[in-house]
Amino acid sequence: MKMKKRLIIILTTALASLNAFSQDAGEILKRVEQNLSSDNRIFESSMTIHGARISRTITSKTYAVGDKQSFTEYLSPAREQGTKMLKLENQLWIYSPSTDRIIQIAGHMLRQSVMGSDLSYEDMMEDRKLTDIYSAAVAGGEMVDSTKTWILELTAKVSDVAYYKRKMWIDTEHYVPVREELYARSGQLLKRTNLSEVKNISGRWFPMKVIYKDMLKQGEGTEFRITSIKFNQQIPDYIFTKASLKQ
Amino acid sequence: MIKFLLKGLLRDKSRSRIPVIIVTIGVMLTVLMHAYIVGFMGDIIEINARYSTGHLKVMTKAYAQDIDQVPNDLALTNTDTLVNYLNRQFNDADWSPRIHFGGLIDVPDENGETRSQGPASGLGIDLLTPGSKEIERLNLVKSIVRGNLPAKRGEMILSEEFSKKLRVDPGEKVTLISSTMDGSMAFYNLTVSGTVLLGLEALDRGTVIADIEDVRAALNMENAAGEIAGFFKTGFYDDEKAVEESEIFTASFNDDNDSYSPVMKSLSSQGSLGLYVNMVALWTVMISFIFIVAMSLVLWNAGLLGGLRRYGEVGLRLAMGEEKGHVYRTMIYESVMIGIAGSVTGTMIGLFFAWLLQKYGINISGMMEGSAVMLPSIIRARIQPVDFYIGFIPGLLSTVIGTMLAGIGIYKRQTAKLFKELESY
Repeated sequence: MKMKKRLIIILTTALASLNAFSQDAGEILKRVEQNLSSDNRIFESSMTIHGARISRTITSKTYAVGDKQSFTEYLSPAREQGTKMLKLENQLWIYSPSTDRIIQIAGHMLRQSVMGSDLSYEDMMEDRKLTDIYSAAVAGGEMVDSTKTWILELTAKVSDVAYYKRKMWIDTEHYVPVREELYARSGQLLKRTNLSEVKNISGRWFPMKVIYKDMLKQGEGTEFRITSIKFNQQIPDYIFTKASLKQ
Repeated sequence: MIKFLLKGLLRDKSRSRIPVIIVTIGVMLTVLMHAYIVGFMGDIIEINARYSTGHLKVMTKAYAQDIDQVPNDLALTNTDTLVNYLNRQFNDADWSPRIHFGGLIDVPDENGETRSQGPASGLGIDLLTPGSKEIERLNLVKSIVRGNLPAKRGEMILSEEFSKKLRVDPGEKVTLISSTMDGSMAFYNLTVSGTVLLGLEALDRGTVIADIEDVRAALNMENAAGEIAGFFKTGFYDDEKAVEESEIFTASFNDDNDSYSPVMKSLSSQGSLGLYVNMVALWTVMISFIFIVAMSLVLWNAGLLGGLRRYGEVGLRLAMGEEKGHVYRTMIYESVMIGIAGSVTGTMIGLFFAWLLQKYGINISGMMEGSAVMLPSIIRARIQPVDFYIGFIPGLLSTVIGTMLAGIGIYKRQTAKLFKELESY
């Protein structure tokens, strides 16, 4: 009798695990994207950069339509105040008030860090859907800070990607990534991201705090915190023009 | 006897004039060649020192580890205090804060849009403080091709080749795009005051030079600098002294737990220059040695010939009853006198020519076009203490040894055969 009971428990556990891993990786990614992407959004954020010597916080306001258009204005500190960034498709411009110049960021400049953070402009520019550029597979499950997750392994299926391989830990309940690791083709870990403070906003689950760590850089990483976010707002078209950079 | 021999040498010109001239020429060439080799080799080191390494360089420990990447986020802070300390404690050198940086120079069109853009290798140095030696050190006044050196804040110079590539002229405004000390993107407007031809292909490709205060403002590096370069006041690199001073400094500031503690590096301990300094020392010795040996052989031969040429005279003296040992000794004394006279004269003439070469140099800029290495466009000699005595090795020793060898024949002469030999004269 005891033996039978044990067998049932083992079989049930095995079936439950199988069910978890059998979840289609593409389906998981799709649901993740449903949570994270939106038609448009306006958010205010603070970015605290924990450098090797000092930490500093930069606040900004961003308007975004889909993944193709975004406009960011830096609000503080004084040195960065008034700096604006416009992304249209695969082009990026920066307006610097001190020089009164609009400069396009292209080529190797895209690999530069954004405001000294652990994020590069290249990271900001990636607007393609993960399902379009990566083939995903569920590599297992793991508990991350008491959150049950699936581990997805994404391998690039196109050549023009910044990271050849990604590993994502997806919250099985909310379909939000809680951790991500980005790798080079050589297998070297380049960046690590931890996402937390997942909130339900307008019916979608959204992480309000992200800690980025460039593994090739000194310092303790960059803490990106969304202080307010609104989805599906009316954003005037002129915001996404070069003329708005100098306004 | 010395007086007697001297008189003999002075009166019989055939015994003194030609040998002294040969020794003089040999010694002069030895001294000149040594000074030239040391000068040329040293110039290559100096040129690297002026633009890059300094004779000594103070950086943070972390900056020194990744110096090839010019990591200004790891730069020295409170540099004014540190420069004052260095000027007090290591006052045999001039200390100048410098910022090396990379970035882009963006030239706007009439609408403020990018007209042209190019990668730049930048250097922030003290250009505007009265009495700053940086302009002289980098020979900037003579390097100007168009326009002028920066006369006020907000101005910069760039290499002539780079200006042509960017299609920018003196008086135009450009934007420097770089990274601040804390990693943000930096934008800073500067006016091109002039263009320079530095004479070093590696630098003429894309160098921009601005006053350090402008670079500090652009890169958010207030009172900071990537490095503080030290240059010996003698003008020449002294490896022994540099190593000693760097050890003293580093020992007094070393803090294992602080990667931003300052360290001092001698030129020879920076990159591949250490290897080069050692190679220069070795080459100098080797080339000088080979030349000295060659000159020694010539002068030795001259000594031998001199001894043989006097075969008849020696025979006559022996026939007249002079002791063989006495004849041998007098010939050696004479060769010592000739050696000293030739060496002193040769050293003086050699030093004079070396001084001319040190002061005026030989311009080889025409041969340097297209070169990608940091070589000086003017080759100069460098007179060192050793040049005051190095000529005596071939000049005195070789002459005397040559005579000594030739003179051995004296002891083989047989008195019985002397008159028979003399008959043939």
